[in-house]
Amino acid sequence: MKGLGELERSIMDILWAENAPLTAREVGRLIEDRDLAPTTVMTVLDRLSRKGFLTRTRDGRAWRYQPAASRDAYVAELMLEALDMTGDRDAALTRFAQAVSGTEAEILRKALTELGEE
Amino acid sequence: MIAAAVLAALATTCALAAWRLTFARWTWRAPRTAILLWQSLGVTWGLASTGALLAFALGPYGKGVVHGLAEFLAGFLASVGSSVRDPYDMVRLAALIAGLSLLAVLVALPLAAGAQTLRARRRHRLLLALVARDEPAVPGVRVVDFPGAAAYCLPGLKSQVVISDGTLHLLSSAELEAVLAHEAAHVRERHDLVLLPFAALRRALPWSKLVRDAQASVELLIEMAADDRARRRCCPRRLATALLRFGTSAALPTPQGALGASASSSVMARVDRLVRPEMSLPPAQRFLILTGSVVLATSAPLLWLLPG
Repeated sequence: MKGLGELERSIMDILWAENAPLTAREVGRLIEDRDLAPTTVMTVLDRLSRKGFLTRTRDGRAWRYQPAASRDAYVAELMLEALDMTGDRDAALTRFAQAVSGTEAEILRKALTELGEE
Repeated sequence: MIAAAVLAALATTCALAAWRLTFARWTWRAPRTAILLWQSLGVTWGLASTGALLAFALGPYGKGVVHGLAEFLAGFLASVGSSVRDPYDMVRLAALIAGLSLLAVLVALPLAAGAQTLRARRRHRLLLALVARDEPAVPGVRVVDFPGAAAYCLPGLKSQVVISDGTLHLLSSAELEAVLAHEAAHVRERHDLVLLPFAALRRALPWSKLVRDAQASVELLIEMAADDRARRRCCPRRLATALLRFGTSAALPTPQGALGASASSSVMARVDRLVRPEMSLPPAQRFLILTGSVVLATSAPLLWLLPG
């Protein structure tokens, strides 16, 4: 059986791939690991909801789960956190992005060509 | 009174030395030693400036800062119940309040910054667990599907090195190896902990150019220290070209609470250093600076005990 972290990942992948909210039973059917106990799927769905990655709605006696945000949104959040580095906008890490533009990028590009030729 | 004067002089000396150190270039030839000197200057400045205020305030006790504080507190508590109060010099009282406030700020800030960093990292870690994948070509490294260039380490008890999919395309395998060696050095030496107090101080004093320059210097020195570790395990030239490729690829800076392979405007300084290595500082000089740092850092606590 897969680790819990990996299971969370595959369940998120399933829900991201589907466009509709799914019940735990439906998720269990789509998951690769057929030996998985239905309660395990439910536990993981519950955990993900509590962490705020899934939202759930009542559907009769079951819950239907869907991702709170798209995969791309999370990737963007990860990569854009960068701009917030250490809380102050002009920190050294944000300066790098500015240094890369215009003439400074040209200097680096030239250095790269020189180094590449040797 | 002597203790207060000496502590004030020490604080001023530290500030002046820090100012000089932001221009120093020998530091690039011994980044690790220079980082230690920076830390020592920071701690000593904090203890000396708060100590000077407290020593002045508690001068009448003639027992030094530590014992004077204890005596003041005991006297204060005893007078709370009774209606009789010792007359107290307003200037000294102001110095006492200023000294204690500064001390509280200097202790609380890194703690608050640490807590905030931990929160940001936890969120980052959770998201990584959901969207990052393992790549057989680079075992042990988390890969995020993102076209831009990004490489960083997420420090913690279980540090993670993360690169973007774009980095895999941007760099040759030798360059990638160099970048990973650089990040592994950050992980191993917990450079994030070195940066934390400087970043906290900077947030406390955003208007201070000296603090800003100090933080930038330490950041650069940390990158250089990681470069030095990496060059032992890979070709320095490949690390240099990897830096330049990152610089020219409109790379995003590294995420909050993480250290980047190329997160500095001083890319060229690092490239020059990698391609044309200067002699590292002679051991005798490094030893001298190290000893000086240790003496400096122990001087302030001793002065806190100095009576008078």
